[in-house]
Amino acid sequence: MLKKRLVLTFPQAVVEEPITYRLIKDYDLVVNILRARISREEEGRLIIEISGEKEALDKGLNYLKKIGVAVQPLAKDVRWLEDRCTHCTVCVPLCPTEAIVVDRERMEISFDKDRCIVCGACIPACPYKAVEILF
Amino acid sequence: MAKTLAEINEKIKKGEAVVVTAEEIIDLVDEKGIKKAAQEVDVVTSATFGPMCSSGIYLNIGHSKPKIKLGGGKAYLNEVPVYTGFAAVDIYLGATALPDDDPRNRVHPGEFRYGGGHVIEDLVAGKDAKLVATAHGTDCYPRRSLETWINLKDVNEAVLFNPRNAYQNYNVAVNLSHKVIYTYMGILQPNLGNANYCSAGQLSPLLNDPYYKTIGVGTRIFLGGGVGYVVWQGTQHNPTAPRTEKGVPRSSAGTMAVLGDLKQMSPEWLKGTTMTGYGVTLSVGIGVPIPILNEEILSYTAVKDEDIFAQTVDYSEAYPQRKSGSLGEVSYAQLKRGKITLQGKEVPTGSLSSYAKARKIASLLKDWIKKGEFLLAEPVELLPSVESGITFKPLKERPIR
Repeated sequence: MLKKRLVLTFPQAVVEEPITYRLIKDYDLVVNILRARISREEEGRLIIEISGEKEALDKGLNYLKKIGVAVQPLAKDVRWLEDRCTHCTVCVPLCPTEAIVVDRERMEISFDKDRCIVCGACIPACPYKAVEILF
Repeated sequence: MAKTLAEINEKIKKGEAVVVTAEEIIDLVDEKGIKKAAQEVDVVTSATFGPMCSSGIYLNIGHSKPKIKLGGGKAYLNEVPVYTGFAAVDIYLGATALPDDDPRNRVHPGEFRYGGGHVIEDLVAGKDAKLVATAHGTDCYPRRSLETWINLKDVNEAVLFNPRNAYQNYNVAVNLSHKVIYTYMGILQPNLGNANYCSAGQLSPLLNDPYYKTIGVGTRIFLGGGVGYVVWQGTQHNPTAPRTEKGVPRSSAGTMAVLGDLKQMSPEWLKGTTMTGYGVTLSVGIGVPIPILNEEILSYTAVKDEDIFAQTVDYSEAYPQRKSGSLGEVSYAQLKRGKITLQGKEVPTGSLSSYAKARKIASLLKDWIKKGEFLLAEPVELLPSVESGITFKPLKERPIR
């Protein structure tokens, strides 16, 4: 079993395509939708956690590419700008998945991309604009 | 055995001074006791780094040809309005100033992406800033408008002058209401969703000299990465705040007004800061050396996070409505562990003050002193303490009919 967190970007033409249904039914993949949004330009963005056998996963991702959905690993869409971060920790209690953790000895934070679900709660909380989300 | 400041400076000049940070002194006192530690240690370095709204800079930009009198006119740096009510080319830029066309909170919560604090950070980073000014024109200053790039290296004086910094202790902010609120203490989740504090605790300057027995007008300090001075008590200085038996204020108490040459400073220690839904400000790094003149002064510097308490205050109702009352007292040791218990609920904590950066400042200042590059200054006048009777008064409103 493989598990991936992906950001899917849909052009307007495929916004109405039931792609989650297809991934589950036709490719036997487990799809967990973490976040979904359709922009004013009618471009769709979906953040999913997807798991299945390697072959099925490859085929499913191929299907997405074929119909014009751009697939990116989730981590690419979240950037912690360490040089702007002061390690103040004000963002920490707002993170719902403990993706921002504090080393209580050093009183410094670190960002665990794998735990991040790109909810965006840290963005307005950061006084130094040290987190960027391209979503 | 008591020491004088002159003796300590002699040791610093010879490279023989024993300097430790306000964190290191804790273990040293635990190990050796107050008496022995006071004999051995000459200076304890304290520090803090956090948003400090009563901050700003004044610049003398030099005279244009022909001359313009900005005094009484209008001027902007990177679209941010500056105060011009001085002579011809002196301007003051405050940390919380916003561009005239910033939408502020018209769509709540406002983003407040750029303002005075950010201009200050950009200037110390060496970036050019756009100065746009208009004036009424006089016989001796005929010019009426000016648009030019300026750079910190080209202006005459550039001085960071902060009327209130480094609060001695502060509130812990929480939200008892049922909706998210956006405050200068950060985003506060409803129903006690988080608790935000803002102090370096055991490292914080005024918590290491709680009765201001060494800090006063003329104290030389680390300011924004350069050398600065304490020039007065800060605004809202409140030495008569309630204290623990050891003298530690239980709520916000003393403050300092500080000043220093902006040209020596660095963007690492002066950072433009955004508080969503609230505004902009400047985060300032300050380090204060405390001369160990006697055992009493040393004993104050050994203060630990578990001995420093702060009041939790509801920012949805009590704070804005100026209602007194604390929801409970918590120690900085608890706050720094990441969770406190309030009204039977476990509440996660976040800090606005960066302990990591405060620690770095304390250690930088320690290095400066050990290398003999930074001498301690004898204050001309200590900050007013408990016996001054100074209190922090609310506004007595007298409606104008």
